[in-house]
Amino acid sequence: MLERYLTAASTYAHSIDHLFLLIAVIVGVWLIAAESMLFALIFKFRARDGRPTQYITGEEKHLKRWITIPHALVLVCDVVIIVGAVSVWYHVKQVMPPADATIRVIGQQWAWSFQQPGPDGVLDTADDIRSVGELHVVVNTTYHFELMSRDVIHSFAIPAFRLKQDALPGRTIAGWFTPNRVGTYDIQCTQMCGLGHAMMAGRIIVETPKDHAAWLLKNYGPAQAAQAELPGSASDGASVVAEVRR
Amino acid sequence: MSTHVEHAEPGIFQKYFWSTDHKVIAMQYLFTGMAMALLGGYFAYVFRMQLGFPNQHVPGFGLVTPGKYNALVTMHGSIMIFWVAMPVLIAAFGNFLIPLMVGCDDMAFPRINRLSYQIFLISALVLLSSFLVKGGPFGGAWTSYPPLSASGAYNLTPIGATLWLVAVALEFVAFLLGGINFTVTAMNSRAPGMKMYDLPILIWMIVIANIVFMASAGPLIAGAVMLLFDQTMATGFYDPTRGGDPLLWEHLFWFFGHPEVYVVLLPAMGIVAEVVAVFARKKIFGYKTVLYTTWAVGFLSFVVWAHHQFVAGIDPRMANIFSVTTMLISVPITEMVFLYIATLYGGSITLGTPMLWALAFIAEFLIGGVTGIFLGSSGTDIYLHDTYFVIAHFHYTFVPIAIIAVFAGITFWFPKMFGRMMNETLGKIHFWGTVIPFNVIFIPLFITGIAGDQRRIYNYAMFSEESRPELQHLRTTATVALLVMLSFQIVFLYNFFSSLWRGKSAGANPWRSATLEWTVPSPPPHGNFAELPTVYRGPYEYGLPGHAEDFVPQNVPD
Repeated sequence: MLERYLTAASTYAHSIDHLFLLIAVIVGVWLIAAESMLFALIFKFRARDGRPTQYITGEEKHLKRWITIPHALVLVCDVVIIVGAVSVWYHVKQVMPPADATIRVIGQQWAWSFQQPGPDGVLDTADDIRSVGELHVVVNTTYHFELMSRDVIHSFAIPAFRLKQDALPGRTIAGWFTPNRVGTYDIQCTQMCGLGHAMMAGRIIVETPKDHAAWLLKNYGPAQAAQAELPGSASDGASVVAEVRR
Repeated sequence: MSTHVEHAEPGIFQKYFWSTDHKVIAMQYLFTGMAMALLGGYFAYVFRMQLGFPNQHVPGFGLVTPGKYNALVTMHGSIMIFWVAMPVLIAAFGNFLIPLMVGCDDMAFPRINRLSYQIFLISALVLLSSFLVKGGPFGGAWTSYPPLSASGAYNLTPIGATLWLVAVALEFVAFLLGGINFTVTAMNSRAPGMKMYDLPILIWMIVIANIVFMASAGPLIAGAVMLLFDQTMATGFYDPTRGGDPLLWEHLFWFFGHPEVYVVLLPAMGIVAEVVAVFARKKIFGYKTVLYTTWAVGFLSFVVWAHHQFVAGIDPRMANIFSVTTMLISVPITEMVFLYIATLYGGSITLGTPMLWALAFIAEFLIGGVTGIFLGSSGTDIYLHDTYFVIAHFHYTFVPIAIIAVFAGITFWFPKMFGRMMNETLGKIHFWGTVIPFNVIFIPLFITGIAGDQRRIYNYAMFSEESRPELQHLRTTATVALLVMLSFQIVFLYNFFSSLWRGKSAGANPWRSATLEWTVPSPPPHGNFAELPTVYRGPYEYGLPGHAEDFVPQNVPD
């Protein structure tokens, strides 16, 4: 359902979309039932001459079950939603699948900057690939990210990935994503961060291993790019990065 | 000075500005709240114009720059919650109705009551003064998260940020004083014979709301003091480089902030209960169950706060606990709404203007309630957090609370407050002119939220996914609907002020209601009751068999 409004481009986007659909169906049914009951009663019991009002306290057993049965059903629906919510949350936020690469994302007033490991596969070495506002990643590759802020609270959001995580100064927050659709998507800051909050935009470019290597070659020279063009890796992005890390 | 001396006719200043009469103080709160609502509405007009028609000159304001936009949304949120919903729902209706409905002559502590309003007025003036200082008013959102709010270097509004904080703290002082007063009055000043279960639902709701407020305000005041120190004395309570933690503020803020939702919701539900009972000529279905669900809501509201912080960097395991508590609070709230709907069963319903507002509250609040489920569920909140879906959701709760229920209350008790009837035709024009555009504003915003529009963005030009023309059409639609809704408020203001002088004389009990405030003349004289009443029955005895009239007032003996 969400995909009608915005592309889904990560492996967990669909589980979030399905949960949204599940909740939409459950609460939709309740909303329609409650609104219909409300309007039906307004119509049925409109004031008419010669029909006095009834004296009902709400303690009568045969009437009270109109409340107690829905009450129990609401509880059941709550349990269903809780199970769905927790299982999606667990999958997206609580556990992380093994990483093909680990990157660093840094928020500051008012830009996103990114740091990816170079051929040695390790962050904070001389061959790191650094970029501002633009993050190039390989499709079907699992990235772990270390999220940091240099000043105030920001929030790292990639709507197409259904990814959102606040960046707090003074700590490093870990997360992950696996893009599964080639394309260019928005990166937002979703936490009010001052004057330039609306300008704190970035782009994430999900590309094939081949395109990624071409980008590396163009911008960072042959040393980085060579590693990405290992034989037999073009069809499998994950292995490319695995090779790079080795 | 004995209280009886007050019956001497005081001067204008004494009577309207220095009064300890609960009804005068209620009017002070009501008119201050209405004035602030006009300001909050004006801000909404300005920033919605910027969103609907980006970078155009806004008539009556000018060009909306990013800094001004941030300040406008911050002030709109702060004003509508702290200086409109709180004073009107709790203070104005609480002050006016508690003594009248429990059958006593005034609040338990009249001078504390006067002090409460004066501090409230000062808090509003402090907030407004921030528009005149260097750097302008605070623009760091109504949640005021540090380090942004803690440092002028980050927020660029060093004086405005501090004035905002001081204003909020003063407002809290005012409502703590008021809260004590309301609670004590309702508990101790009830008329002889009025048992706890004879209290009108509205009084219960205001009392429970005040207890929730008083219990939740402490942590935020502590947090505000620390933030004030961070701002003005360069302490580091929220500065991670010096051992502080910005998450601390988030917890303290939302420990207050979420109960606050119920603090304003409960009086609104109370108003709706009174109006529905009178216009359906029905006893409230399951009075005691309504009461118990209210207590359950009040209690549970203290254990849901971190659902505002699922993606804030808290331990992810905590999200599961808060998802569960958040789903649980839906149970008593839905039950309460079901009981209201069930109250209509077997009634004899007339659709006077107050009843239209009360029924609209139920119909619209249901939408606000069910959309909250998407946000309380941690899995979907990852995507929806801080999007327009959140904005649309809480406006579907706050507009029913602070606008729709308030209009239900004003149109219902206007005859009692001023002794005259409001015009029904104008009332109905105003009703439809408000409720229809309200939906046309916020349904499109649900969709832009689902499409990924994040909050507090003055212009989406930088975002390719959000600057799609179909989303801009939705934003423009919302803005145009807001213009329609705001222009219909002129009908209300005309109706309100012309009815003050030219309305039909109301008499003591125009709605044929059974609660005590309708047993005294309209408007009630100083001291309220010529002879303090004795209560013989519950507040909603409509259609009681064996009586000639279809209602039996609380003070009529068997």
